[in-house]
Amino acid sequence: MAKKYVGQRMTRTEDPRLLTGQALFVDDVEIHGMLYAAFLRSDYAHARIRSIDVSAARSRPGVVAVYTAEDLGDFWQHGPPLVPAPHSVEGVIFHSRTQVPLAKDKTRYVGEAIAVVFAESRYIAEDALEDIVADLEPLEVAADLEEALEPDAPLVHEDVGSNLASHLIQDKGDYAAAREKADLVIKRRIVIDRGAAGAMENRGVVAHWDEKAQHLTVWDTTQAPIPVRNGLAQILGLSEHQIRVIAPFVGGAFGPKIMMFLAEEFLVPWGAMQLNRPIKWIEDRRENFFATTQERGQIHDAEIALTSDGHILGVSHEFLHDTGAYNPYGLTIPLNTQSHSMGAYDIPNYHSELRVVFTNKMITTPVRGAGRPQGIFLMERLLDLAAKELDIDRIEIRKRNFIPPDAFPYNHRIIDQAFASLVFDSGNYLPALEKAADMIGYEKFVKEEQPRLRAEGRHVGIGIVSFVETTGVGPYEGSRVTVEASGKISVATGVGTQGQGHFTSFAQIVADQLGVSPRDVRLVTGDTSEFHWGTGTFASRGSVVAANAIHAAAKSVRAKILKLASKVLETPEEELELVDGLVRVADIPQQSISLGELAVMANPLRGAVEPGTEPGLESTDYYGPQYGAVASGTHAMIMEVDPETMMVEIKRYVAVEDCGTMLNPLIVEGQVHGGVALGIGNSYYEQLIYDENGQLLNASLADYLIPTAFEVPRIEVGHEETRSPLNELGSKGAGEAGCIPVPALFAQTLEDALADYAIEILETPMSPNKLFELLQAVKK
Amino acid sequence: MDDLFTVTVTVNGTQYERTVEPRLLLSDFLRHELGLTGTHVGCEHGVCGACTILFDGQPVRSCLMFAVQANGHEILTVEGLGTMDNLHPLQEAFRETHAVQCGFCTPGILMSLLPFLEENPNPTEEEIREAISGNLCRCTGYQHIVDAVKLSAEKMGA
Repeated sequence: MAKKYVGQRMTRTEDPRLLTGQALFVDDVEIHGMLYAAFLRSDYAHARIRSIDVSAARSRPGVVAVYTAEDLGDFWQHGPPLVPAPHSVEGVIFHSRTQVPLAKDKTRYVGEAIAVVFAESRYIAEDALEDIVADLEPLEVAADLEEALEPDAPLVHEDVGSNLASHLIQDKGDYAAAREKADLVIKRRIVIDRGAAGAMENRGVVAHWDEKAQHLTVWDTTQAPIPVRNGLAQILGLSEHQIRVIAPFVGGAFGPKIMMFLAEEFLVPWGAMQLNRPIKWIEDRRENFFATTQERGQIHDAEIALTSDGHILGVSHEFLHDTGAYNPYGLTIPLNTQSHSMGAYDIPNYHSELRVVFTNKMITTPVRGAGRPQGIFLMERLLDLAAKELDIDRIEIRKRNFIPPDAFPYNHRIIDQAFASLVFDSGNYLPALEKAADMIGYEKFVKEEQPRLRAEGRHVGIGIVSFVETTGVGPYEGSRVTVEASGKISVATGVGTQGQGHFTSFAQIVADQLGVSPRDVRLVTGDTSEFHWGTGTFASRGSVVAANAIHAAAKSVRAKILKLASKVLETPEEELELVDGLVRVADIPQQSISLGELAVMANPLRGAVEPGTEPGLESTDYYGPQYGAVASGTHAMIMEVDPETMMVEIKRYVAVEDCGTMLNPLIVEGQVHGGVALGIGNSYYEQLIYDENGQLLNASLADYLIPTAFEVPRIEVGHEETRSPLNELGSKGAGEAGCIPVPALFAQTLEDALADYAIEILETPMSPNKLFELLQAVKK
Repeated sequence: MDDLFTVTVTVNGTQYERTVEPRLLLSDFLRHELGLTGTHVGCEHGVCGACTILFDGQPVRSCLMFAVQANGHEILTVEGLGTMDNLHPLQEAFRETHAVQCGFCTPGILMSLLPFLEENPNPTEEEIREAISGNLCRCTGYQHIVDAVKLSAEKMGA
């Protein structure tokens, strides 16, 4: 059947609802008798709790209940470790310490919840927070990543005996031997920081316990409604089928909304059952900076060893990674960093020693990129430094080191975030590099325009970097596709949607199989009563894992349609086609039956059915990839810097991406634009500034600078398509690609713009202040 | 806190009367008293622009106003702009150019753009970016939004 909708730039089915303000977000849920929650949070990064007196809060009019850790009894439990220790690496040290619903004995980060108030209005609940007298005795703070590992450092978890949360070494080949043979070894310290996800919608939970029906409904801004349901069932002692978790329209997520269970996500449902009242908690922006997870720092001491003609013999790095006060998300972020520290290159020797450190700060969990930008920053910076030393053009040195297209599947032999061997399924990196260079006019700029601009005294630089992105990881997702009596198709899948256009792109897949319009395919995502097997939306996997499950289910339904129609139309299946919602005989189109009629026939109200028949035209199928598919690309930009004001202006930005088969190129481009915008924030404008007391100094959007329409340029997107052999659609993930190479690109371009200052940019983010200091230190 | 005030306000052409606390934010009033949840709240410190509505025709951050300040005034929210079956040309343009991803910032941006387009029926890219520079979007990178405004200017000018 000819491919019709997959690959088309279809506008989105869900847009009219969003555009007219008719889409349901969590804070839009109103239930009669609802109470509102507010949380008292620690003002200290590290403090012993001497006492908490909630009596005044309890007696405030309008306050229904106030709870501390003591009041939770057996419900006070550590959250589940979401990502366990890596079992397949020898000699790993891993101390699992997971968060608690309300702090007991001591608080370990600013923002950790100490008490919760449930009141008749949010305003009263927040008033009541001020009635609570929390007697906290401040302790010494482990704020600095390196100092936290010193022998006399204050301990975040005394029972661990140090702040070393994890230690892991990975080796590929023999770096030490490779180093001996190298013509050039470059060694640098590289410091990387990231930041907050900054979704426009903050987190929220509404819980409604129906005592008569013995059923709990939870609306949650989560990326993972099914694990939330299952976790709540376990903690609350309910059957999974007594709980419905709905992730409705969610206003952006970018990673932290998959973290579970932070205090609120447990306490609101628990409170609803305790008090037999519906309860709503909506995070405000200031709270989001303290109460929602983020990504933070890594410090790398890194080396690259090369031959004199620029071939990389090996890469080695020792690094520290800040996990914050707890580590429920295991080693996902730093393992991703390791997976990307060899970039797109064929590197035979690699050594990495990772130390994960507890600090008295908010927990770190993946934010768009999830450790990958850090690895790419490392690799691309080292390569750029090598290119300069060896006097090899930066495009040329990349070409010399790319994994060649005939070398796939390419096994890096280190383990990835799924604890399996890091295997790159497919890739063809050179075309994207050439296309990006061509699109930005690299040759002409370097040879003609840049010299002319420099002669005018302007500081304009050009940069070009390549990257890879692991995507599409398992374990699995599932989908159910149903033909309804109306002839319309309904589809359910377990992942949630936070703006990625699933309602359209997934419908395109079904439309191709069943011969209907995507507008006649109604999709439900993120509702556990519609579909309750799966994990969630994360790690750029929706377009691989959920999409292929939907594809499989649609194919199964297609097979059922053809089988039944063949009987009804008394024609062999091979002579039938599915077009415009009908099944018809290919050469005799008047002989047809609509899908709706067929669906009704497949579900008789009377009579006997053949043994083994399933009712209706419906199928549930699952897809679990062998391993993740690897996307790739090249970004390039031209940027002007003013060395007096340190302000930058991006003149041109080119992003060439290769995510295999694109379900909907319009949506892919949107994802690239948004990713680049976040990447620009991560490169020059955003940083969470903590002081030595673990206090976050810039907890507001006035001080934490999310890029506006002024900072994000027009982004020209080019596409390459190297289909993944791992799945029938040939798709790879595309959600994070936009942001991954940006900090590396920024650093390279800044250096090029300020070539006459001969600076080295070995940290990200940069900022006007940092750039000023760098320039001061190396006067022309 | 014990004094309540009666607020009479016209929203999207309908007059409402409610008795509220003086400290009730206009954003909360619209969303929870009137049930007009299309206006979203992103920060409550006047930076993100998601809560932008038209107050006597001017774009205003409803999170920085109290409901009582709206007494006797006229407000337009996104619900007054168009319906799902009858989109305003600006909304239609947003759909065509894929200017919406999660949709949370969208109502505030639409409302910010209405008076801008009235005064600037033929805006340049630079002017459009300045007009939306007070609205944060974390999903789109703004480009398709700028495209939507250009497209809408064409449609509305036609």
